[in-house]
Amino acid sequence: MGIKTSDDKFFTRVDKGINNDFMRKAVSGAQERMQGRRLDSISALGDWEDWRNLAEEIRQHTLENLDFYLEQLADNVVKNGGNIFFAETAEEANEYIKSVVASKEAKKIIKSKSMVTEEISMNQALESLGCEVIESDLGEWILQLDDHDPPSHIVVPALHKNKEQIRETFADKRGYKRTSDPKEMALFAREQLRKDFLEAEVGITGCNFAVAESGSISLVTNEGNARMATTIPKTQITVMGMERIVPTWEELDVLVSMLARSAVGQKLTSYVTGLTGTKEEGDVDGPEEFHLVVVDNGRSKILGTQFQSALQCIRCAACINVCPVYRHVGGHSYGSIYPGPIGAVLNPLLGDYDEWKELPYASTLCGACTEVCPVKIPLHNLLIEHRRVMVEQAGKAPFAEKLAMKGYAFAASSPSVYNVGTKTAPSVMGPYSKNGLISNGPGPVKLWTDIRDLPELSKGKDKFRTWFENRDKGGE
Amino acid sequence: MAVGTVHNKDKFLNKIAHSLGRERKTSGVVRPEWKHLPQYEVYKGMSQDELAHHLEDQCQRIHTVCKRATSQTLPNVLKEAIEELGGKSIVNWDDPRFEEYNLTKTFEEFASVEGNELHVWDPNLGEENIKFAERANIGITFSDTTLAESGTVMLLSDKGKGRSVSLLPATHLVIIPKSTIVPRMSQAATKVHKMAQAGRVPSCVNFISGPSNSADIELNLVVGVHGPIKATYIIVEDK
Repeated sequence: MGIKTSDDKFFTRVDKGINNDFMRKAVSGAQERMQGRRLDSISALGDWEDWRNLAEEIRQHTLENLDFYLEQLADNVVKNGGNIFFAETAEEANEYIKSVVASKEAKKIIKSKSMVTEEISMNQALESLGCEVIESDLGEWILQLDDHDPPSHIVVPALHKNKEQIRETFADKRGYKRTSDPKEMALFAREQLRKDFLEAEVGITGCNFAVAESGSISLVTNEGNARMATTIPKTQITVMGMERIVPTWEELDVLVSMLARSAVGQKLTSYVTGLTGTKEEGDVDGPEEFHLVVVDNGRSKILGTQFQSALQCIRCAACINVCPVYRHVGGHSYGSIYPGPIGAVLNPLLGDYDEWKELPYASTLCGACTEVCPVKIPLHNLLIEHRRVMVEQAGKAPFAEKLAMKGYAFAASSPSVYNVGTKTAPSVMGPYSKNGLISNGPGPVKLWTDIRDLPELSKGKDKFRTWFENRDKGGE
Repeated sequence: MAVGTVHNKDKFLNKIAHSLGRERKTSGVVRPEWKHLPQYEVYKGMSQDELAHHLEDQCQRIHTVCKRATSQTLPNVLKEAIEELGGKSIVNWDDPRFEEYNLTKTFEEFASVEGNELHVWDPNLGEENIKFAERANIGITFSDTTLAESGTVMLLSDKGKGRSVSLLPATHLVIIPKSTIVPRMSQAATKVHKMAQAGRVPSCVNFISGPSNSADIELNLVVGVHGPIKATYIIVEDK
């Protein structure tokens, strides 16, 4: 799958989203609740701006010295009996993970939520070995059972589904017979997955932050599934994006505190688990073998560029939860496992402009994302920067924009042409107009009028220039 | 302990250094003095009593029952908490603090009741410990450090302190000596940071705030998913 979740074209995806009333209602309701919780939890913290400044400083320092901290991490991982593999590509990461799984002759693998394993299509790679790979995060498990429906949110992956749809999935795939009460369905997941946790030979997790000074990895969770996956199986594999690292436990505190608040409005999640190497001598539970896979997969080409700050991201989804565009089109419209503003910034960087050229334009540039980002990524400025790069270097602006810009450049090049244009426009648009509104316009106007009405262009007398001249003379 | 292996490091890190437009850094990087340190201002200068109040308050928000005890009343408060959680089968850490707080007798009494089961974590029994924890109703632990702000207990793994005790049973009961309460995660993180500087940190450092939960279905909060379904804390005045 990689980061791409759909073969549909951008506007097809958006149409599906816009016309999915349940999803739109769910998303707008979710956004309001998540924002409310986030605001409550940050107001209790004192000076939130100081926290943001600190978090930004930590992330910037770590990225500037990333090679140093990753080396320190590697030294400490092996000192504590773990193995570390640096993978430049998704293929390298999957080959290594497959070799570990094969050496254990493992058949059943239990996973906790991890975006980077989605990014590298790890599940498919392991399934090709004949392994059963079970997602244990409740949201991910729902999507997996529902024939691998793609996630629509990075924190709440099944946000687009209602409880009735989930009940049907459970009933179809697992013979579930109880109600659609979320409590009953969560209990069913507990019962169903408990056996898998106890049987799995290998547990695979993501990593919220690695800690360089001790070679530890941390997992920030609520359900307890990540603890299960790292307590029972004899082998643990943890996969991390190479930028997800902090120097010491003191920085871990700051970033975890901000992640829990920004993502779900909690002071801390139910579980923040720091794991270091293999189990120690005398320990009964915990893994006998530990493998840490550090993934580049396109990240190093972002370092050292004007987009470096995008790597500060801690995957909290606060930007997604305030985005007015996400609110209307939903997560699937972005066509990537990374939706919302951060997705619109990251996808063209991890992938390319050919594939993701529309996303930097899927934004009103209102800046709400930038304002809530706990690590101060200037998200909307990076979207503008993408547009600039596409127009200047790659020539990949969407056709309509190019045409409009070209037309405008010609029209605006001379006052007389411009005047002719604005005077003739009302008569050109005339046939499309009804009661002073245009709701089914031609050509480039159609994209706008599909969604809302366009006021009819003013005729002659009160067009802006005429109005302005008139106003100068003291008229209305 | 066997030392692990490193694969593909130099090529990978050289590429990063190249992207950053400089030579590889293998030494000389010092963590800077951060310009802003708001984390140490939270609940600054509060007494243990004030911190305990904040902890109690936060417990209500994280669906956790919070009880108070003195070292004299602790056996009875513990008994009451065990009953409220449904009794039957208990798995305990092998932790000297049970003895220090005179709880040995309480557990002996519990175990002597027909149908009740008690298991104390014993590394010599290997997997048996996990099997018992998996079917136990209550896991009982002692907090190593407690965070008032978030209602969190920090549990450090060790031979007698298995990870499963706070994870596999249906419910989790934690005894919190009042002296272990600190304002927030920052103070606990500094402790672990010092352990790291001194050598190594425990293989599992758990920050646990109440029972497990999920909001993955229509954002409805469900308390109790894979970890314990209920949690009880007992704050005990130090002896």
